[in-house]
Amino acid sequence: MKISENWLREWVNPKITTDELVEQLTMLGLEVDDVVPAAGEFTLVVVAEILTIEKHPDADKLNVCQVDAGTGENLQIVCGAPNARVGLKAPLAMIGAVLPGNFKIKKSKLRGLESNGMLCSNVELGLSDDHSGLLELSIDAPVGQDIREYFELNDTIIDIDLTPNRADCFCVKGIAIDVACLNELEIKQPIFNSIEPSINETIDVTLEAEKQCPRYISRVINNIDNSKQTPVWMQEKLRRSGIRAIHPVVDVTNYVMLELGQPMHGFDKSTIDGSINVKMAIKGEKFTLLDGKEVVLDESYLMIADNNNYLAIAGVMGGLDSGCGDSTRDIVLESAYFDPATIMGKSRDLGIHTESALRFERGVDPYLQEQAMQRATQLILDICGGEVGPLNEVTSDEFIPKSISIELTEDKLARVLGFIVESNQVTAILEGLGMNVEQMDCCWKVIAPTSRFDIEIEEDLIEEVVRMVGYDKMPSANLSGESVIMQLPEEIIESQLIKTQMTTIGYQEAINYSFVSVKQLENFNLSKGSIALKNPLTEEFAVMRTSLLPGMMETVKYNLRRQNDSVKLFETGYVFNQQENIQQEDKIIAVCTGKRHAEHWSLGKESIDYFDCKGDLEVLLDNCKSHYSFANSSIEFLHPGRQAMVVLNGENIGWIGQIHPEICRRIGIKKEVYAFELYMKSIKKTTLPIFEDVSKYPSVRRDLALILDSQIQSDRITQLMEHELGDSLVETIIFDEYQGDNIETGKRSLAVGFVLQQQNATFEDKEVDKLMSKVVSSLKENLNVEIRGT
Amino acid sequence: MENLNQLIEKALAEINAASDNQALENIRVNYLGKKGTITSQLKQLGTLPADQRKEAGMEINKAKGQLQQNIQARREILQKQELDKRLKAESVDVTMPGRKINTANLHPVTRTMNRIVTLFSGLGFETKTGPEIEDDYHNFEALNFPAHHPARTMHDTFWFDDGHLLRTHTSPVQIRAMKHMKPPIKIIAPGRVYRSDSDQTHTPMFHQVEGLVVGETVTFASLNGVLNQFVNAFFEKDLKIRLRPSYFPFTEPSAEVDVEWKKDDGTTGWLEVLGCGMVHPNVLRSGGIDPEKYTGFAFGLGVERFAMLRYGVKDLRQFFENDLAFLKQFK
Repeated sequence: MKISENWLREWVNPKITTDELVEQLTMLGLEVDDVVPAAGEFTLVVVAEILTIEKHPDADKLNVCQVDAGTGENLQIVCGAPNARVGLKAPLAMIGAVLPGNFKIKKSKLRGLESNGMLCSNVELGLSDDHSGLLELSIDAPVGQDIREYFELNDTIIDIDLTPNRADCFCVKGIAIDVACLNELEIKQPIFNSIEPSINETIDVTLEAEKQCPRYISRVINNIDNSKQTPVWMQEKLRRSGIRAIHPVVDVTNYVMLELGQPMHGFDKSTIDGSINVKMAIKGEKFTLLDGKEVVLDESYLMIADNNNYLAIAGVMGGLDSGCGDSTRDIVLESAYFDPATIMGKSRDLGIHTESALRFERGVDPYLQEQAMQRATQLILDICGGEVGPLNEVTSDEFIPKSISIELTEDKLARVLGFIVESNQVTAILEGLGMNVEQMDCCWKVIAPTSRFDIEIEEDLIEEVVRMVGYDKMPSANLSGESVIMQLPEEIIESQLIKTQMTTIGYQEAINYSFVSVKQLENFNLSKGSIALKNPLTEEFAVMRTSLLPGMMETVKYNLRRQNDSVKLFETGYVFNQQENIQQEDKIIAVCTGKRHAEHWSLGKESIDYFDCKGDLEVLLDNCKSHYSFANSSIEFLHPGRQAMVVLNGENIGWIGQIHPEICRRIGIKKEVYAFELYMKSIKKTTLPIFEDVSKYPSVRRDLALILDSQIQSDRITQLMEHELGDSLVETIIFDEYQGDNIETGKRSLAVGFVLQQQNATFEDKEVDKLMSKVVSSLKENLNVEIRGT
Repeated sequence: MENLNQLIEKALAEINAASDNQALENIRVNYLGKKGTITSQLKQLGTLPADQRKEAGMEINKAKGQLQQNIQARREILQKQELDKRLKAESVDVTMPGRKINTANLHPVTRTMNRIVTLFSGLGFETKTGPEIEDDYHNFEALNFPAHHPARTMHDTFWFDDGHLLRTHTSPVQIRAMKHMKPPIKIIAPGRVYRSDSDQTHTPMFHQVEGLVVGETVTFASLNGVLNQFVNAFFEKDLKIRLRPSYFPFTEPSAEVDVEWKKDDGTTGWLEVLGCGMVHPNVLRSGGIDPEKYTGFAFGLGVERFAMLRYGVKDLRQFFENDLAFLKQFK
């Protein structure tokens, strides 16, 4: 909402500077976005009249004008504006004038002829960007008067960013009430005379949709003088609120809207066929708006209709054919109350923005219509004259909103605020805001003005009180009340710990967007169950991720392209899936690619492989202190020979592997990339440590060199050993793997160490030998393992 | 005795000249061993006249002790020399790079979120989370946004075909928490939120931290106090903050919080950092809490905003580019 400071001060004029006023507004909750001067900086520009005009002898497009600027002698001005003509009054920048942009006006010669100043358009004065010609001033503009005085340009435009609850401040009056209350002043209202009708004509109005339109006031005004222009003061006020002057009737309705908050509409009476009916549209009907745009209606649109056609979409925009124009002589003025819920969202749906819809959808005072009609009638009569018909009001008592009485108690006020506001001050504030207040013992009975849609309950009144006391005057208090020690479950591993472990082993945390493109998911064959946004911003962010992988691979690529040889990243976050219901589960992903070690004088240059990645994964699994294993899998986006399902306590909790080289190639990554992805909830469970006695007896170690079929996976050996050796086995260590010379094709050799220990005795060599021979025969029998060197 | 003195002198010279342990041992054997010169002199004592025997014995024993002492001293010197030599050979260039584990760090948004959560958990706030795909009820309706309310248009919402939406704020966690807890409630809810807005100062996804306190003595003044303490603790500076009237459907009274901040050009101005207010009675009711008995306050803050102010990040979008050169700065 843009508003002229001078206009506001006509209503209420506290003795404070513009800066202080702006600060007050912001601290009232009417946040000021911008403060700009009403016009550019300029001096020595006056009202001038063109007395004579001749063609420039040496330039087709230039005229030589003799101009009266009230200096006592005529000034010769060379001017190229197309609208320059005898009798026109326009602003003249005199010799010595300084225009916006520090543009100095000097005596000059244009194609040989002297020019003693410059006639100006809107642009040169920084009023608007209309450069179609000289700014045409009204016939009665006093010659010689300073333009700043004439337009009252020593003013600022204050742009207020209104919150949706303060519909009452979409007008000067509403803002003035707040400012007046804060400064303990009274507002100065214009005088609203009720106009004596000079004719009897009315137009019949039916409210078929009385719930959506519970009040409709109309008035006929005939024979307006359509040669009249809107006065400068009104044009200027409109301009400063960002509204262009168009036609006196339209300008007056806009003016009343800005002044009092009632959007109005003026119809050309000659376009209305019979009577007016306010009713709902029928689905599929079409209507052409004022701006020529045709829209398709449905039964949610409230329409102003005559006997045959629609005249306007109620509260949103008029029709192309029914508006007031230059030839309009007879008009019908509309001042109505439309139900906010009916208007809400309509202008958005139609893709249009109107000041009227903005106000109606947030709520217009349902008791304002008559006053607004009187004000508009008066203004139209002042400007254009005319014959006024009686005020024709149709109201549905059933549906017109009623004021409600709200009770505010001292106790509640203190309980919510936490400090005491003197009861006299409370009364003064509420009354200052135009409320009807009955102060009783320990409470107030309050009826808010009908313009204050936002005041419904006690808490709303409390906000009004504290707003006027000043949020910045509020004391600070400590949080009181009982303190309770929080639960701290020790068998849950905090996400924070997991994240910190990841950073400790070298993984940088990333945060990727939760939405990805369809293509990204398809690249990884991960689009099954994906959930698409109905209104995505771009294709890039069209569906919710079903896995953390596709987004993370983009990040890997991004960083590989920025001279990073090695990249290790992790992320935690939700993934989304829809089978029957929407599933959203917290996952963790880690990706690694590049070298095992940063380049170092004493370390190898090996590349990261599956077992680096697996080792990092095991760091997290070890937290859980439960049995885990790696099962064969066939996940399409992973290398077929380098992937596994991660199984913890018999449950699949994720995957690990090398990203399929073909997918990497397709998305533009040349390096081998390894990754794992796990459910967070699965790796957050652990057990409480329970102390066990430490054995006092030494452990013994025996090593075996096994030759086995290549197909047999190492975990079958370790499982078999656990089975055979039971509690005596402390650890199985695979300390070498070999394939090649001296080993038959299709076989491999594993060197395995067994660490054995007893709780209550030292292992005798004989016992160990016995155990080992049991192990050896079991390995032979079950896995067809050959023992080397025996 | 002349003989003995000469012998000692000779022996001492040899001991001092011994260049290693072995040489020293040889000297010891030569003089003090079973067949050593000194030992044999002792053995010959019996050949002396009885009156000289005692004195001579004392002399020889004294000489023996002297030699033993000298040999021990020399041995210690030699050992020390040997150790020094070995250690010298073992020395390394201590300035060569170590074999460090290259640790990484958390994302600055996580870091900031942790800091916020830690500060509030010190005051007894419990951390809660909620789903990111929400329903209209939790994101809007229960928070006192009626259908088609203009306040909804302040939230540019991402929708799904079935009417679900991506939560536009962390406030739905308030409702979920209230339904599962009994007052006094003190929770903090960090997480991702989404709005369909993307430009220099908006990303379609960002992070919020929501706070909610419900109890019998929760007041607007205590909200003011808690936020003052929080802002000063977070920035470790004595910053001025101001509460300014604003509007959220789920709080009444509502406020925006501005922090007085020194800008790059040296001027100070107010910077909006969070929204807050007293929980609207309709919202308490949605959460199953009696608004006649209890009051509550709530606040919601943008994590990226705090991170930008704290760490001097200029462009919001950098948080989600995940450039390692950016991320690694937040160690």
